[in-house]
Amino acid sequence: MTLRTYVVARILLTIPMILILLTMVFLIIRVLPGDPVLLHLEKHATPAAVEQMRHQLGLDKPLWQQYFDYLLGIFRGDLGLSMQDYSSVGQQIFSAFPATLELAIYSMMIAASLGIFLGVQASKAYNKPQDHVIRIFGIVTYAIPVFFLGMVLQLTLGLGLHWLPVGQRFNPTIAIPQSPWYVDLNTPFSTSLISSLFKIRSVHLSTGLYTFDSLLEGNIFKFIESLRYLCLPSLTLGLVLSGVFIRLTRSNMFETLRLDFVTAARARGLRETRVTYSYALRNAFLPVLTMVGLQFAALLGGAVLTETTFSWPGLGRYIVDRINFRDYTAIQGAVIVFGLFVSMVSLAVDLLYAYLDPRIRL
Amino acid sequence: MKKPVRKRSSFNNQLLKIGSLSKRGLAGWLIIVGAILVIAIIVMTGISPWIRPYDPIAINVGPILAPPSNQHLFGTNDLGQDVFSRVLSGGGVMLQVSLLSVIVCLAIGVPLGLFASYAGGIPDRVVGLVMDSLYAFPGLVLAIAIAAMLGRGVINMALSIAVVYIPSYFRVIRSQVLSIKETSYIEAADAIGARNRTILSRYVLPNIVPSIVVVATVNFADAILTAAGLTFIGLGVPVTVPDWGLDLTSGQRLLTSGAWWVISYPGLMIILLALGFTLMGEGLSEMLNPRLEQ
Repeated sequence: MTLRTYVVARILLTIPMILILLTMVFLIIRVLPGDPVLLHLEKHATPAAVEQMRHQLGLDKPLWQQYFDYLLGIFRGDLGLSMQDYSSVGQQIFSAFPATLELAIYSMMIAASLGIFLGVQASKAYNKPQDHVIRIFGIVTYAIPVFFLGMVLQLTLGLGLHWLPVGQRFNPTIAIPQSPWYVDLNTPFSTSLISSLFKIRSVHLSTGLYTFDSLLEGNIFKFIESLRYLCLPSLTLGLVLSGVFIRLTRSNMFETLRLDFVTAARARGLRETRVTYSYALRNAFLPVLTMVGLQFAALLGGAVLTETTFSWPGLGRYIVDRINFRDYTAIQGAVIVFGLFVSMVSLAVDLLYAYLDPRIRL
Repeated sequence: MKKPVRKRSSFNNQLLKIGSLSKRGLAGWLIIVGAILVIAIIVMTGISPWIRPYDPIAINVGPILAPPSNQHLFGTNDLGQDVFSRVLSGGGVMLQVSLLSVIVCLAIGVPLGLFASYAGGIPDRVVGLVMDSLYAFPGLVLAIAIAAMLGRGVINMALSIAVVYIPSYFRVIRSQVLSIKETSYIEAADAIGARNRTILSRYVLPNIVPSIVVVATVNFADAILTAAGLTFIGLGVPVTVPDWGLDLTSGQRLLTSGAWWVISYPGLMIILLALGFTLMGEGLSEMLNPRLEQ
C-alpha cells in the first residue's frame, strides 16, 4: 500500500465514522426518552407555547425529516438556534472553541513531556525504588478526579500562596490580546464561506488563542499574563493525563533500551542522555504519538470538568452552562463539535504516523 | 497409564496464581492493596448507619463551617452538616452506579463482542465501526449528553456511563477471540462437529474471562470517576442523598473561605476507591500479560 492509498483510505473511513457520530447524537437528543422542548419549558408551559417552540425549532416535523434537516444543516455549518435565546449555536461555539483548544494544547504538552520524561526515568531504573515511585505516581493520576485536583491546586497555589489566578481566562482589567490584522467581510466577498457559515460580517485575524495572539500583538506582558491564567488549568489536566504517557513510555523504552543498536551506541562511547533521548526515545516515540491521538478524547472530557472548575470560558463550560438552562440544541451542537474535533485530531495523528513510520507504506 | 487430561481452563490457572499473590512480587501486592481498599470502603459504607456520629443529611448538627475538632472529626460544612458522617455514608451512590454500569457493560459488550468476532464478515464490520465511533468519542461528553436527556438518578447515571464503556469490552473481546479462533484446539473442536454455540461457550469464553476481568476492574475505576464528574456538573443524585461527588461540588463554593476540610475528605475517599480498583486492574493485567516480567 502506498502512502497515498493509505491517506485516501483513512480519510474515506472518517466519513462513515462521522455519520455514525452525528446519528448517535441525534438519537441521544431527539429519540431517547425526554422531549427537549418539554424539558426546556418545564411543567408550567402552555401547550401553545410548546407547539410554537417545536415549530420554531422544526421539531414538529416527522422524525426522518428532522434527521435529514439536521444532517443538511450540519453540512452547511448550521448548528441550529439556541433554545435559550434563539441565537446561533454555531456562532456561540465558534467563540468558545479557542479557549478549549488553547487549554488542550498546553495540557497535552505538559502531559506528554512530563509523562515521557518520567517514563524514561522509570524504564532506566527498571524495578528499582525510583521506578516504583514513578509507577505509583502514574497509577495515582488515574484515580484522581480532575476537578478535585483542580480544587486542591486552587486552594494551595492560588488562594493559599497567591501565586497564580484561580479562575477566568485573562486579567479583566486589561484588554484581551488581539492580533492587529482585521478583515472586513462586507465586501463583494461577503458571501464567502466563513461569513455564511458563522453569520459574521467582519473578523479579526486573531486565533483566539491568547498566548499566540499576544505574541502577534507583540505584547510580552499580555503573553505572560495569559500564561499565568493558563497555568493552573493546564497543569491540572496535564498531570491527570501524564500517567498514560508514563506507562506507555516506560514499557516501550524498557524494550528499546535493550536492543542492539542502543548497546552499539553506548559502545561507541556516546553519553547516556544522548543514547536515551536521541537514539532510544526516537524509536519508542511512534506509539507515544498514537497515544497523543487516543488521549485527545480523554483530554476533552477532562477539559469539560477543568473548565467548570476554573470558570474557563471554553466549550466545556458552555455545555455545562447550557445543561443548566436545559438548552438542548446548544448541547447537541457542542457535543457534535467535540466529536468532530476528536475525529479530526485522530485523522491528523494517523496521517502523521503514516508519514513518520515507513512500515505503514509498505 | 495415561496421564489425566488437565481440564482446567486458563482462568482457573490465573486463580491459582492469585492464591499465592504475595509471592508474585509487585503485581501481587498491587492486587492485595487494591482489594483491601475496595473492601474496606464497601464495608465502611455498609455499616455506616451504625457507626456514624450524626445523621449525614441533617442540617445544623453543629456550627457552620467549623474546622475539624473532637466533636466533628472532619469539621462541618456550610449547612452545619457533619462532614465525617457524610464521608462514612457518601460512597453508596458511586458503588451502586459503578456496579450497575459494569453489569450493563458485561451484559451487552460481551455477547456483542463474541457475536461480531465469531460471525465475522459484514456484521463484524458494522458493529465494529459503530463501536469504534463510540470509542473515539470523548467519553465524558457522551455520558453528559445522555445523562442530560435521561435526567438525574443512579440508574440513569449508570446507563450513561455504560454506553461509553461498552466499546472497551467489545474491542478486547474481539481481538482475543480472533486470535483464539486460529488456534488448533478450536479447529479440532470444529472438526469433530461441535456447534458454534458450544465452541463459544466452552472453549472460547473461558479463555477470555481473565481479560474481561481486567477490563471490568478498570471500568469500575473509570465509572467511579465519571460518576463523580457527572455529579460535579449537576447531573448526579438529588442533594438529599449523601454523596462524595455532591460534597465536592458544594465545597467548591467554599474554597475562598478556606474551608479545605469540606472537599478534602470526600475527595480523598473518591481517590482511594478509584485507586483500589486501579491497583487491582494494574496488578491483574500485569499478571495476565507478563510481557515485562523478565
